[in-house]
Amino acid sequence: MASEEEKKSVFDAESAKEVVKELRACFAAGNTKSYEWRSTQLNAVLKMMEENEPLIVAALRDDLSKPELESSIYEIAMVQNSCTVALKKMKHWMMPEKAKTSLITFPSSAEIVSEPLGVVLVISAWNYPFMLSLDPVIGAIAAGNAVVLKPSEIAPATSSLLARLAADYLDRSCIKVVEGAVPETSALLEQKWDKIFYTGNERIARIVMAAAAKHLTPVVLELGGKCPAIVDSDINLQVATRRIIAGKWGCNNGQACVSPDYIITTKSYAQKLVDSFVCELERFYGKNPLESKDLSRIVNSNHFARLSKLLDEDKVSSKIVHGGERDEAKLRIAPTILLDVPQDSLIMTEEIFGPLLPIILVHKVEESFDVINSSGTKPLAAYLFTNNKKLKEKFVSTVSAGGLVVNDTTVHLAEHTLPFGGVGDSGMGAYHGKFSFDTFSHKKAVLYRGFACDAFVRYPPYSRGKLKLLQALFNGSFLGIIRALVGWFRS
Amino acid sequence: MEKSIAELRETFKSGRTKSVSWRKKQLKAFLDLVNENEDSIFKALDQDLGKSPVESYRDELGIVKKSATYSLSCLDKWVAPKKGDLPLLLFPSKAEVIPEPLGVVLIFSAWNFPITLALDPLIGAISAGNTVLLKPSELAPACMSFLIQAIPQYLDNKAIKVIGGGADVGERLLELRWDKIFFTGSPRVGRLVMTAAAKHLTPVTLELGGKCPAIVHNTLSNPSKAKVTAKRIVGAKWGPCTGQACIAIDYVLVEEKSASTLIELLKKCIQRFYGGNLKELNSISRIVNKNQFQRLVNLMKDPHVAASVVYGGSVDEEQLVIEPTILLDPPLDSEIMNEEIFGPLLPIITVKNIEESIEFINSKPNPLVIYAFTEDETFKKRILSDTSSGSVTFNDAMIQFLCDSLPFGGVGQSGFGRYHGKYSFDTFSHEKSVLHRAFYPELEPRYPPWTNFKLMFIKLAYGFDYLGLMLLMLGFRKS
Repeated sequence: MASEEEKKSVFDAESAKEVVKELRACFAAGNTKSYEWRSTQLNAVLKMMEENEPLIVAALRDDLSKPELESSIYEIAMVQNSCTVALKKMKHWMMPEKAKTSLITFPSSAEIVSEPLGVVLVISAWNYPFMLSLDPVIGAIAAGNAVVLKPSEIAPATSSLLARLAADYLDRSCIKVVEGAVPETSALLEQKWDKIFYTGNERIARIVMAAAAKHLTPVVLELGGKCPAIVDSDINLQVATRRIIAGKWGCNNGQACVSPDYIITTKSYAQKLVDSFVCELERFYGKNPLESKDLSRIVNSNHFARLSKLLDEDKVSSKIVHGGERDEAKLRIAPTILLDVPQDSLIMTEEIFGPLLPIILVHKVEESFDVINSSGTKPLAAYLFTNNKKLKEKFVSTVSAGGLVVNDTTVHLAEHTLPFGGVGDSGMGAYHGKFSFDTFSHKKAVLYRGFACDAFVRYPPYSRGKLKLLQALFNGSFLGIIRALVGWFRS
Repeated sequence: MEKSIAELRETFKSGRTKSVSWRKKQLKAFLDLVNENEDSIFKALDQDLGKSPVESYRDELGIVKKSATYSLSCLDKWVAPKKGDLPLLLFPSKAEVIPEPLGVVLIFSAWNFPITLALDPLIGAISAGNTVLLKPSELAPACMSFLIQAIPQYLDNKAIKVIGGGADVGERLLELRWDKIFFTGSPRVGRLVMTAAAKHLTPVTLELGGKCPAIVHNTLSNPSKAKVTAKRIVGAKWGPCTGQACIAIDYVLVEEKSASTLIELLKKCIQRFYGGNLKELNSISRIVNKNQFQRLVNLMKDPHVAASVVYGGSVDEEQLVIEPTILLDPPLDSEIMNEEIFGPLLPIITVKNIEESIEFINSKPNPLVIYAFTEDETFKKRILSDTSSGSVTFNDAMIQFLCDSLPFGGVGQSGFGRYHGKYSFDTFSHEKSVLHRAFYPELEPRYPPWTNFKLMFIKLAYGFDYLGLMLLMLGFRKS
């Protein structure tokens, strides 16, 4: 009996094929295309979040010891916001966009029609397991697709809660949640999808894209990188510090793709900055941050070991100027600041994704840009704290990243009119707001032609006269056209 | 090769290509290149594909000139940052989205429109401020030589390079790291390109192909419209590179009862445009090489397919010419009805009722374009909503390629990504969002230690419930 149950619960390539087949039938039947279906599903997501807030907060606490406020805001409120924006604007997004036509195709009219791509796969991450699962799914639904969501197995409580809630609230024939780890994800990746939306790390992203290549499936990859924060000297230090803390330890204890990964500041300002951090950190998290309920824990022992290794490296361990305390049993690491770490250390080579904040020192603040650009990779976000207008301008024009924020951290995520995505190693594609709708749509160009004025110059037999007339038409100059016509009639 | 690419990276790093004046200078030089070398380009296209000057101008020269001119006139607008709307909550803040070049890009072009498909993406890459390596197709050798020789003479050769060679060069290029790869070609090679790009997480645009159908409906009932319909179909099938085009009409769908009328009209038109038989053939390209020629000949080898030929069918192996050929209802499981034809053979498939054409099209992979000749508005709507393709053109064919305001690209097996006009600029750009914040005012509830008040505050803030926020802060609302 037990082995039969085991057989049933194995999700392999055959099971994945069945799922895709079912969703394709659902999509082909046109079920997901109507405005009514889309708004019903989005309203169901809203209801799902509203009616289950305590359960969601509890699951996030199980998986990440996430403070209730972070869960309520970053996971629940943001998802509700996404739904609300989509519900409000969807009718408008679904409307065809008129396109201009020129003399060359006269008489004609043109438009760009948004159509769903079909059956899409969303693979989400463990650090914001609700938001990073539902936000893309909201976009996929708004655009009229059938969706499979694969939540991260590293956040098992939220994964199973998502599976249960989705089955209860959403249209099961067109929206499915498939739980599992590597084998299940591989089985899904073998199938042909119309789009794959992946949030996670570079290594897996390569595997996802290579799998997508076999079927010519377009992908969106939301990755990460080492997001730098440059701190200039002539600023409101307290506000800057607090905003950096909010973006670092206030976001899942640094385990966020847009958390400031490291700081760059001048040698002369460093001590002031460190003192400010120490002061504000104590104000926020108390004298014993390992016990603070307002900090998430490290997600699992793998990541704990990884972060410990970063701290224990010889050339780095002596640079700790604050924190460094660890509790392996509880998977907690205190907010840790390191000063003047060597740029070739491990902690400066890989994305930290944790509560460690190295500070790199430069002589002049302008040198920060060289530090960032010399890393050879483009991060998901970059931050600058300054009141110097020229510095702001140089920052915007020389630093390439997914998105930039001046005098704050991470808030750009909440703004749905800004595209959120990476560039280079931090990913490809973007979403949020209308960008989510667009990323899950195909923008089909439509040209309507009339029968009047059939341009004889298009057709053979070809002649020099036709050539001249064509040239004039392409140049769009009336005079040229008249001249060519006159020449034509003369010959 | 590695040295050239290192030089492209150095040039990009220097920031030279980011300046708008550099980009405009290159685009102007590009126009000079095309204007001053018209005859050489005509000659190269004739050598590679037997294209006549009118076809070459209409499909290649004219297109790239128009593209460059359009980009020059719009560039200032395109590079300007786009302002973003921000909610009151974030006041005072400023948001904008700034396009920036991706870096060093690789463009693979194809052999059938060796000038357009090389230079049109190049124009986009330059407008967006990138450095570029262009790899033209070796199957159009005269055009490739022309590009290798002419481009360094006119354009900034530390920023824009052309490399020759065959598949082996392509493979080596794919092992290196690029900031974008733009590929035009077949789905088979498209897969290889994307797989290679995955190793470096390089974004790609794939312009592929597919079997582009043309539905012919009630425009046949009116004699003058029927004539124009036939002209447009013939002009669009055999006009551009004798059917060797990704957006050429691959096959036609028509109701049984109208099939013979359509075929008669098509025959008359073919004879008028291109001559009555193989010997008199003119104003039409040839097949690019022996491989493609043999492939097309093989499509007609199947006896059932051969039996369905109702016009044409003759071939000249030495000249690599196949005359315009029409087939009526070849077997649906034959190769000619399952792979992209990319040549001068036009199968006509009859259906009892024209509505069946939609299911027929949907039974095949998404094509790059669907053409439909009809004046039935309901049917047009159905085609738009019940089929999926890169684009749709009603009552004409090929001409959508000329519209700079329409995105040109595929979906599903016909590819992803798009270009033409501003879409070219966008495809080679990264849209960077930038948010400027002030130090004041400060929202205390952002920071720990957490309390119920702070939770309520943020919830109301996220709902943009400003009234609720005010009440909360004034103490009139419980937290």
